[in-house]
Amino acid sequence: MRGLERRDVMLLVIVAVMTLFAPIILNPFPANSAMAQFNAGYPDLMQRFVIFGIFAIGFNILFGLTGYLSFGHAAFLGVGSYSAVWMFKLLGFNIIPAILLSVVVAGLFSVVIGYISLRRSGIYFSILTLAFAQMSFALAYSVLGNPALINLTNGETGLQVYPSDPQVLHGASAPNVTNLFGLEMRQTCEVKLGGTASGLSGCDTHMLPGAFGETFWAFDFNAGYYVCAVLMLIVFYLSIRIFRSPFGMMLRAVKSNQQRLNYTGLNPRPYTLAAFVISGMYAGLAGGLMASMDPLAGAERMQWTASGEVVLMTILGGAGTLIGPVLGAGFIKYFENIFSKINDGVLHSWFAFMPEGLENLFVTLLHPFVGKGWHLTLGILFMLVVIFLPGGLVEGGQRIGRFAFRRRNRKGGEAEAEAARKQPAE
Amino acid sequence: MSTSRFTRRGVLRTGAIASAGLALPTYLRAEAHTGFTNAPGDSEVVLGFNVPQTGPYADEGADELRAFELAVEHLNGEGDGGMLNTFSEKNLDGTGILGRRVNFVTGDTQTKSDAARASARSMIEKDGAIMISGGSSSGVAVAVQGLCQEAGVIFMAGLTHSNDTTGKDRKANGFRHFFNAYMSAAALAPVLQNLYGTDRNAYHLTADYNWGWTQQESIAAATEAMGWETVNNVLTPLAETDFSAYIAPVLSSGADVLVLNHYGGNMVNSLTNAVQFGLREAQANGKKFEIVVPLYSELMARGAGQNIKGIPGSQNWDWKLENEMGERYVGTNAFVQSFGEKYGFPPSQAAHTCYVQTLLYADAVTRAGSFNPCAVVEALEGFEFDGMGNGPTLYRAGDHQCFKDVVVVRGKENPENEFDLVEIVEVTPTEQVTYEPDHPMFDGGDLGECNPGA
Repeated sequence: MRGLERRDVMLLVIVAVMTLFAPIILNPFPANSAMAQFNAGYPDLMQRFVIFGIFAIGFNILFGLTGYLSFGHAAFLGVGSYSAVWMFKLLGFNIIPAILLSVVVAGLFSVVIGYISLRRSGIYFSILTLAFAQMSFALAYSVLGNPALINLTNGETGLQVYPSDPQVLHGASAPNVTNLFGLEMRQTCEVKLGGTASGLSGCDTHMLPGAFGETFWAFDFNAGYYVCAVLMLIVFYLSIRIFRSPFGMMLRAVKSNQQRLNYTGLNPRPYTLAAFVISGMYAGLAGGLMASMDPLAGAERMQWTASGEVVLMTILGGAGTLIGPVLGAGFIKYFENIFSKINDGVLHSWFAFMPEGLENLFVTLLHPFVGKGWHLTLGILFMLVVIFLPGGLVEGGQRIGRFAFRRRNRKGGEAEAEAARKQPAE
Repeated sequence: MSTSRFTRRGVLRTGAIASAGLALPTYLRAEAHTGFTNAPGDSEVVLGFNVPQTGPYADEGADELRAFELAVEHLNGEGDGGMLNTFSEKNLDGTGILGRRVNFVTGDTQTKSDAARASARSMIEKDGAIMISGGSSSGVAVAVQGLCQEAGVIFMAGLTHSNDTTGKDRKANGFRHFFNAYMSAAALAPVLQNLYGTDRNAYHLTADYNWGWTQQESIAAATEAMGWETVNNVLTPLAETDFSAYIAPVLSSGADVLVLNHYGGNMVNSLTNAVQFGLREAQANGKKFEIVVPLYSELMARGAGQNIKGIPGSQNWDWKLENEMGERYVGTNAFVQSFGEKYGFPPSQAAHTCYVQTLLYADAVTRAGSFNPCAVVEALEGFEFDGMGNGPTLYRAGDHQCFKDVVVVRGKENPENEFDLVEIVEVTPTEQVTYEPDHPMFDGGDLGECNPGA
């Protein structure tokens, strides 16, 4: 395939297959069983997986390759979202102009922030980007959201589309939700497998757990998810090309020893700025897609916690590796959405087979780790990964692979892992 | 509960259902699974309770969740029935909703619009929730309300006090039982006039976000109408914890009243700072300096401790309402008793509004005879009820806002226990807090059409 080595083609194909069949892979448990709690194959979460995957892939181009740790990437995500919603308000619900504008605006915004922040490296760079992101958050939250002044962001309430908005390109027959030339993003077709009446149960209805007495699987094929998935595959391919290009090599050189690069007469700043802008545009794309799947942009998207989240995703998955950030994004989003919904009632139903006292004991023991305690579980796992698998989930996968095949992969994988281990610049 | 009586409505409904059942024996099953989003099966119905379990409003969220659990218990015929016994409609008999057992899922809004929408979407898409309720911030309520409108499920708002929820952001599928900033101001103004007179200069400190702005706008308009002057309005960042710098210039500004348009931790901190600066003992313009906190809650009063004594504000409901203000607020004691028996302390106003909203939804479905959101909207619009602790209440069709009496309270001088921190000054009757749906502070909104989804 174009400009890719065999190994990368394999990786791309695996990722493509995984994303295309995600609705099936993520719903391994029958829809009306107790384990259905752990199914993640519903449209909203699948969309989040790939959107945050894009965000983390972009972040990894900056952090994984150059070692510059940006703590303000959420600002680009937010700017992308706001631009997309403004396109919905002004032009109409087609997502193409929204996504284009979100990438362009995030790109311009990252040129400005990158130009200033990249004058410093290491911790000073991180603090500068953090400061810019918090400034953007404060602007979006109150200054630019005050109806008395100019209302660009609608403040705490979040920017959304009202029936009174102009929407000049909105045709009479066009659907009143975000769409791609008429294909509604929320359109979901459900396939039922097992039990009576297997097959396509329709694209308009949603079957319910408990609606039927028998065991069956339900898979949701959502239009919006596939739009996001295709875009993710494209930007994933782009990121492989960047990783393998001479430009990528220059970025790695910045990471391994910037001083030496300076002495050889090369100016690293254009390279780092380019990497910064590219990753900013990735974040803008992710923000635009988020708004396209759900046309509301809130200021919290820009808060420092959101910036920290993408750092966690990248490190958890494996900074500097190709697939790591996507895995990390999926991992964190899974915990946020699945574990936070396990409440005491669910726990009691799991342990209902036990004697009363034992049941209550188990529920009490597990209680701090689920529901509102999902942060705690995630934190423990994050610590375990960082301590025992410094290369992230990817290293875990490699170790398992090595153990299974009893041979060391001495070729490409080592060099990549080597680069990932290097400390950031300075 | 088990007495069988023929009512006109009951006969009509039974007749209609029976004839429909006879006429369409084959289509009925197919119909049950189409026509609207998440049509429930024959045995159970799922409600989604989306409350902040982490973040600044986690206390309110925890109390809301308790109330939801209690409401589901009562709907399913467990416990003592609570307000089902006092509610003016007698359709709910403890057999769930339309014969289906009520089940619920919970989620964490984190007090962020994004997280709240993600959580609500997973309830709708994954768990098949037919109604979403909860939330304890206006930004979240507006965001989730918009989502429910698009997805075609009903949203029963929890604690949300901004004018915009049923103002410029109102939606056909969304309903609010809680009162709003305008009502707070309208109820407070006459009380402030009695307490402090008509010749006052007010200095506003306002939380710099949507709710703060509408609260400030409302209270400034109401107090100016009775002759007060607004000296200054200073916006404070939401994340601020030390308000000394904002309090210091107040005394020299010529103001003699300080209005704190703050909520939660903000209010606790700013009030504490104001007391530390000696504002409560100060004299200005020959009068005693006063502090006003327009939106009150028991949780905030507990946080502020001694400093809250004597400071006036408004509430949607208070657990002592029936005891102190009489029969009109029947339902209050029934709810306080079953809540107290289950959890060991009296409920907050956030818990009350969430409990009532759940029962109102269940009742609307029963009256409509269908879970179809459009039928529910029709049943709730213009619905008048009583016995839910607030006296006679109207769900107005024009903007889906409840109209009922507003409680004006004051920090108690000598609290008897840790739950008895506020005393009721008076209850402002509904007529005084009613406004037109196109009032300037609420204008620009459009309910749109009810959306049943698929």
